[in-house]
Amino acid sequence: MKALIHTSFERTRLRRAIWDRAMVYILSLCALGILCILFLIIFHLFIKGVTSLNWDFFTHLPKPVGEKGGGMANAIAGTFTLLGLAVCVGVPIGLGAGVYLSEYADLKFAQTVRFIADVMNGIPSIVYGIFAYIVCVLPMKGFSALSGGFALGIMMIPMISRTSEQFVRMVPGQLREAALALGVPKWRVTVDIVVPAALAGITTGIMVALARVAGETAPLLFTAFGNHYWQHSLTQPIAALPLQVFSYAISPFDDWHRQAWAGAIVLILMVLLINGWAQFYVMSRGRWSAGK
Amino acid sequence: MSLKGSIKVKDLNFYYGDHQALKNVSMTVEPRQIVAMIGPSGCGKSTLIRVFNRMNDLITSSRVEGEVLVDGVNIYDKNTDVVSLRRKVGMVFQKSTPFPKSIYDNIAYGLRIVGIKDHRILDETVEKSLKRAALWDEVKDHLGKSAMSLSGGQQQRLCIARAIAVDPEIILMDEPCSALDPIATARIEELMGDLKDEYTIVIVTHNMQQAARVSDKTAFLMHGQIIEFTKTTDFFTKPSNKITEDYITGRFG
Amino acid sequence: MLREKITELKHLLIQDAGLVEDMISRSMRGLLEKNPDMLYQVVKNQEPRVNAYDRSIDELCVQTIAQYEPVARDLRLVIMIIKMNKDLERMADHAVNISESGLYLIANPFLGSYNDLRAMGENTVAMMKDGINAFVNEDIALAQLVCDRDDIVDEAGDKILKDLTDIMKGKKDVIPRALALMRIAHNLERIADLSTNIAEEVVYIVEGRDIKHHGGGHHQ
Repeated sequence: MKALIHTSFERTRLRRAIWDRAMVYILSLCALGILCILFLIIFHLFIKGVTSLNWDFFTHLPKPVGEKGGGMANAIAGTFTLLGLAVCVGVPIGLGAGVYLSEYADLKFAQTVRFIADVMNGIPSIVYGIFAYIVCVLPMKGFSALSGGFALGIMMIPMISRTSEQFVRMVPGQLREAALALGVPKWRVTVDIVVPAALAGITTGIMVALARVAGETAPLLFTAFGNHYWQHSLTQPIAALPLQVFSYAISPFDDWHRQAWAGAIVLILMVLLINGWAQFYVMSRGRWSAGK
Repeated sequence: MSLKGSIKVKDLNFYYGDHQALKNVSMTVEPRQIVAMIGPSGCGKSTLIRVFNRMNDLITSSRVEGEVLVDGVNIYDKNTDVVSLRRKVGMVFQKSTPFPKSIYDNIAYGLRIVGIKDHRILDETVEKSLKRAALWDEVKDHLGKSAMSLSGGQQQRLCIARAIAVDPEIILMDEPCSALDPIATARIEELMGDLKDEYTIVIVTHNMQQAARVSDKTAFLMHGQIIEFTKTTDFFTKPSNKITEDYITGRFG
Repeated sequence: MLREKITELKHLLIQDAGLVEDMISRSMRGLLEKNPDMLYQVVKNQEPRVNAYDRSIDELCVQTIAQYEPVARDLRLVIMIIKMNKDLERMADHAVNISESGLYLIANPFLGSYNDLRAMGENTVAMMKDGINAFVNEDIALAQLVCDRDDIVDEAGDKILKDLTDIMKGKKDVIPRALALMRIAHNLERIADLSTNIAEEVVYIVEGRDIKHHGGGHHQ
C-alpha cells in the first residue's frame, strides 16, 4: 500500500510541478492586468489631453466655440466648492452615525443600520441627483451649488459612517476602560480619547469618500447644473470638472475634446493624490488607527 | 481606622448572566498593603479586581450580590457615584493604554476632567506623578511628545503616573507586566514597593513568582472561590490548603 | 525586594557570628581565669540566643528562596548562608562543651600547664574571626589563609593529646581532668574545622568555586 502510494506520487510529480508553476503565472497575469488598465487609462489620457494642459487651463475661463485656448479654472474651483459643501453635509452626519453605531448602539440596531448603509452605497449616483433635485432644487426654484454639494454630501454619509464605525470599533477596549477608570464620563471618553485614537482611520475614510464623489457627474447634472463662467453665489448654478468634461466630450469640436481630455487628467490626478495621501497618512500614524 | 484605602468584601456573589463568576467571596485588604491575586485562567481573579472599581458595570448582563466596602462605604449602594469611586480606586491594565495625546496631557487629563485649569497646579502634579512613577528623568525633556513614542515599559509607568495623578487611595493592577520584558517588569515591581507606603495595591497576576516577590498577602482563587488568602511568606513556604500547594508547585490535576 | 532580604540575611548572620565568637572566647577565658559565671553565661544565656538566630535565619532563607527565586551569586549566597548558619550553630554547641568541661576543671585541682591550650584557643578564635571577616568583606585571600591555618590548630591539638597521654600514664586520679582537657582541645579543633568550612563557603559565594576536599584548601 505504502509502495503503491509512493510510486503514483512519483509518477505525477512532473505534472504537479507544471501545474503549480502555471497557476502562479496565471494569477500573476491577472494582477498585472490591474496595473495595465490603470497604466493604459493614464497613458491614453495623457496622449490625448496633454497638449491642452497648460497654465491657461488652470487660470482661464472656457473660450466660446471656435476660439482656441481657454481653460477650466471655474470648473476646478467649482469642484472644490462642491466638495467643501459635501464635506459639511457628509462628515458630521457620517462621523456622528459611525461613532454612535460603534460606541452606543446595541448590536441589532447597528447591524440594521450597517446593512442600510451598504444598500445606500450601492444606489446609483443618479438617484442621489434626483433626490437632491426633489428636496433641494425644486423648493429653491433653481439649480445651485448648494444642491450639488448636498447631493454629493448625502452620497458620502454611508461611506463615512461605515469607515468611521469600523475604525472607532478598532480602538482597543482597554483604552476606553483606562479612561473610564480615571473617573471620566463616557461621553468625554468618546470625544477626548476614542475618536482621536481613531482619527487617522477616520480621516482616511473621509478622503476616500471625497475621492469617490469628486468624479461624480450624474448627481450634478440636475443640481449644480454647470456654468461657463465664474460663479460666487452658492445659490446659483456652478461649474464642476466632471460636468465640464462631460459636456465638452459630447460636443462636436476637436478643441473641446482635447480640453475634455485635459479635464479628465486633472480629475484623475486629484483622485490619485487624495487616495495616495490617505494611504500615506494611515500608514504613518499611530498604532491604534493602523489597526495593529 | 485612620489610614484610608481599605477594602472589605462580604459574601460577594457575581454573575455574568447565568454564569456565576464569584462565589461567596469574603476578604479584607488592609490599607497600604500589596495584595496579589493568583489562580488559573477563568478563576475569577480579574472579575474580582474589577468589582473594586465597578468596572464590571460596563457589562450589561452582570449582577452583584453582597457588599464591597471601600473605606467602610458600600460601593454597590444605590447612591454611589461611580465616577468619584473610580477616582478613588485607580486602575492599570494589562496592555499599556496611553491616550493618543502628549505625555503631559496624558497625566493632566484626569485633572482637567474635573475642571482644574491652573497651569501651575497641572505642571506640579504632572511632575510629581511622573517622579513618583519613576519616569520623570526619562521624559522630562520631551513632555510634549506623543505618549505613543514611549517604550512598553515606559508606557506602563506612564499609566501608573496617570492613575496616581488623580490622587487615588487604591491602585488596581490587572496583570500590569504580562506584556513587558523582564527588565521593564523589574522596574514596575520595584515601583510597586515604593508606592506601597502611600497606596493600597491590588494586583492580579498570572506570574506566581511575581506575586511572591511583590505582595504582602496573596489570595488564591479557583472556580470563583477564594481557596486561600494569607501572608505571602507563609503562602509560598507553607500553604495551609492542599489545593494551593498543588497549584503553586505545578502539580495541578 | 531581593536586595533587602539579602542585606537582612547578611546582617543576621554577622550578628549571629559575633555572638558565637564571643561564646568561644568567653568559654576559654572563663577556664583560664577560673571564672565560672562567665562559663554559666555561655551555657545558660548565649546558647539559647544562637538557637533563636539559627531558627530565624533558616526561616528567612526559605522565604527568600520561595519569594525571590535567587539565581547565580544570590543563590550561592543564600544557600551558603544556610550552611554557615549550621556551622555557627555547631560552633556554639562546641563552646558549650568547652564551658562544661571548664566548669569541671575549675572545680578540681589544677593539672599541668594550660599554655598550649591557651595558644590553641587564641588561634582558633582568630581563625573563626577571619572566616567571618572574609565573609563580610568577600575577601578570598583571607579565606584561603584561614583554610591554610587549619593545620596549625590540628598540630597543636595533636601535641596536647600526646602530652596529656604522657601525664595520664600511671596516674589514675588525673584521668578525668586530662579527659576534660582533651575534650576541650577536641572541641577547639572542631571549631577550627568549621571556620575552615566558612572560609570555603566564602570562596564559593564569591567565585562559585568549590575548594572543599582538595587537600588543605590549595588551588585546584
